[in-house]
Amino acid sequence: MPAPIRLRELIRTIRTARTQAEEREMIQKECAAIRSSFREEDNTYRCRNVAKLLYMHMLGYPAHFGQLECLKLIASQKFTDKRIGYLGAMLLLDERQDVHLLMTNCIKNDLNHSTQYVQGLALCTLGCMGSSEMCRDLAGEVEKLLKTSNSYLRKKAALCAVHVIRKVPELMEMFLPATKNLLSEKNHGVLHTSVVLLTEMCERSPDMLLHFRKLVPQLVRILKNLIMSGYSPEHDVSGISDPFLQVRILRLLRILGRSDDDSSEAMNDILAQVATNTETSKNVGNAILYETVLTIMDIKSESGLRVLAINILGRFLLNNDKNIRYVALTSLLKTVQTDHNAVQRHRSTIVDCLKDLDVSIKRRAMELSFALVNGNNIRGMMKELLYFLDSCDPEFKADCASGVFLAAEKYAPSKRWHIDTIMRVLTTAGSYVRDDSVPNLIQLITNSVEMHAYTVQRLYKALLDDISQQPLVQVSSWCIGEYGDLLVSGQCEEEEPIQVTEDEVLDVLEGLLVSNLSTPVTRGYSLTAIMKLSTRFSSVVSIYGSSIDVELQQRAVEYNALFKKYDHMRPALLERMPIMEKTASNGPTEIVQTNGETEPSVPDTKHPPLVTQPANQVTARSHDISVFTIDGSFFVTDDVLLNQWFNI
Amino acid sequence: MIKAILIFNNHGKPRLSKFYEHYNEDTEQQIIRETFHLVSKRDENVCNFLEGGMLIGGSENRLIYRHYATLYFVFCVDSSESELGILDLIQVFVETLDKCFENVCELDLIFHVDKVHNILAEMVMGGMVLETNMNEIIIQVDAQNKMEKSETFIFQSPRQDR
Repeated sequence: MPAPIRLRELIRTIRTARTQAEEREMIQKECAAIRSSFREEDNTYRCRNVAKLLYMHMLGYPAHFGQLECLKLIASQKFTDKRIGYLGAMLLLDERQDVHLLMTNCIKNDLNHSTQYVQGLALCTLGCMGSSEMCRDLAGEVEKLLKTSNSYLRKKAALCAVHVIRKVPELMEMFLPATKNLLSEKNHGVLHTSVVLLTEMCERSPDMLLHFRKLVPQLVRILKNLIMSGYSPEHDVSGISDPFLQVRILRLLRILGRSDDDSSEAMNDILAQVATNTETSKNVGNAILYETVLTIMDIKSESGLRVLAINILGRFLLNNDKNIRYVALTSLLKTVQTDHNAVQRHRSTIVDCLKDLDVSIKRRAMELSFALVNGNNIRGMMKELLYFLDSCDPEFKADCASGVFLAAEKYAPSKRWHIDTIMRVLTTAGSYVRDDSVPNLIQLITNSVEMHAYTVQRLYKALLDDISQQPLVQVSSWCIGEYGDLLVSGQCEEEEPIQVTEDEVLDVLEGLLVSNLSTPVTRGYSLTAIMKLSTRFSSVVSIYGSSIDVELQQRAVEYNALFKKYDHMRPALLERMPIMEKTASNGPTEIVQTNGETEPSVPDTKHPPLVTQPANQVTARSHDISVFTIDGSFFVTDDVLLNQWFNI
Repeated sequence: MIKAILIFNNHGKPRLSKFYEHYNEDTEQQIIRETFHLVSKRDENVCNFLEGGMLIGGSENRLIYRHYATLYFVFCVDSSESELGILDLIQVFVETLDKCFENVCELDLIFHVDKVHNILAEMVMGGMVLETNMNEIIIQVDAQNKMEKSETFIFQSPRQDR
């Protein structure tokens, strides 16, 4: 059997393949060769074959038959073999395969090997893919290595310990003694990984957190040395001494100082120092500043420091680098609840970010803008936000529209402004408005009694322009159905009343029914609106009784029946809706479903009381409309009618 | 924690894929494809962070990437990592590769993917950052390479360079 080809050869061959099929063929051929080579138990070339297998695995081809071979390589005496074997184990094996447990013994031996690099390989593999059983078995070895003086091994042992703790949290106690003098190390690698280990332990256990609080002075000292020490070529990155370590320490300080006054007190000075002294021209400086800001905001810092932090974030917003702006917006979003006033100062910069080209930045700026809206700035902010709604990408429109509605509801300075804002949203982004906002809007409009005429007029004009945006059409149809008489009589006070006849209005509504642009839901709205107008207008309307949509058909037939047989009930049935009551959740009003037998659970003085002893009860059930009689006169429970409109 | 480190070229061909969480092979390939799709759409002058695709954990995880010539270096991280810090880490990684391979280019990564894995193993372990000092990393990688070479000599086995 000729010697298996080298990895380099294989790669070269595969790169000559011109199609996926050709590549697949080459790979299959090579896999077959590798398989037979494995069967021959060839020690010399095993390493080469597994390397090729890993390459093929990266391209996406199955390589599971190489798992056992990796184990054989790990057990070999040669460093070259072990290296590939461990790499293969990390790439191909995981705790779901039973094979991985066979590694445990090998790793145990290698953890005690005489060569530090072999020990390093073992630690690395255990720390990457060790299962809980393996971790339990080998935790003792890791703990031993955590105490060694060899810094190369010590730093790997620290991260391996983190993995062990993640897999088997009960073993955390075991590593406690070893952490005693981790921080007195000079080697930055060890320091770095030790801080990671301490962070993990503090995050997992409140007891550990309490225990490690006493390390705060030591951490502060280390940080101070990093900043104050002069240029150190070993750890320098763009002029700053070991920024990675600085960031890690700041993060640990954050966790330690979080709800503790004394620790926070101890950190105040160093945080102020870092915040003011760090060079901001390069990314590394900004990374440190960013971490400092997050720490200041999280611990119990004094207010001067907090203001300093927010100002740093404000400066970040003006930075040319997009990444910096992005992280600044993210952090401001987190702090806007607690330090609202400080963030308000940067409102104009934030609003400018709405015009940024970057999608991620725009989204964050939008969320932040909504968080900053309050009673004082509502007019200005809304102008900006509506402009944003006009020009933004479709993916934002739904969220922006909802945000605008919410903000408008909370802080609207006047009813007219409110209605205008709603109109603006419906006309510019009408098709992106969420379905549940239609009932909310209807409720809102009903509640503004004095604006009914104005509202219906504006909505009618909008309908004339454009009938493609369904939520707009639905709200308009509903309003015209309710307030059509106001429209026709030209009663508008707020603006110039338009001259419109009953026929024109009905034509528009009928147009909606036949238009291809209208969805079945919209047609339902307009059909019902036409029905309602039959009482408010003097001319009688013809109903569309045949429609493919079952809902519409049923409605139309029942309305027809209503006209023909129960025409005397019509005015009462279609009386104008009373003002609906809002629930605390701002959603549609809680519906009380009743029929003639039971009293409603919520007594309501606005609505006429239900009859207790009907003399002659007629219930016409049409989408749960119940009609009751009291001694010959008729009325309808408005609650139930409400339900019907909402359940369209 | 770093969930995955991916390197792929402008056409989506993977040059290195290391996952620090368990996914099966098909999912791994799908993640690579999905990540390529998300990252290649980005304009040149937008920020280097995006939310992870659905397969790799959705909005809880971030993709932090850098585009160098024909290669994308993508780190998928969760919220415990500093985004700006990871950007610096990618820079250190690439500079280390540059030192180890002498003006590294895509071909170096293609033919020596196992070496790249070895270098990465000295920087990131179990999803956490192990060492960030470039010189330190290079010293250790060189020492291990020397060990391999000396074995070849001692054991008189055929040239093992792959």
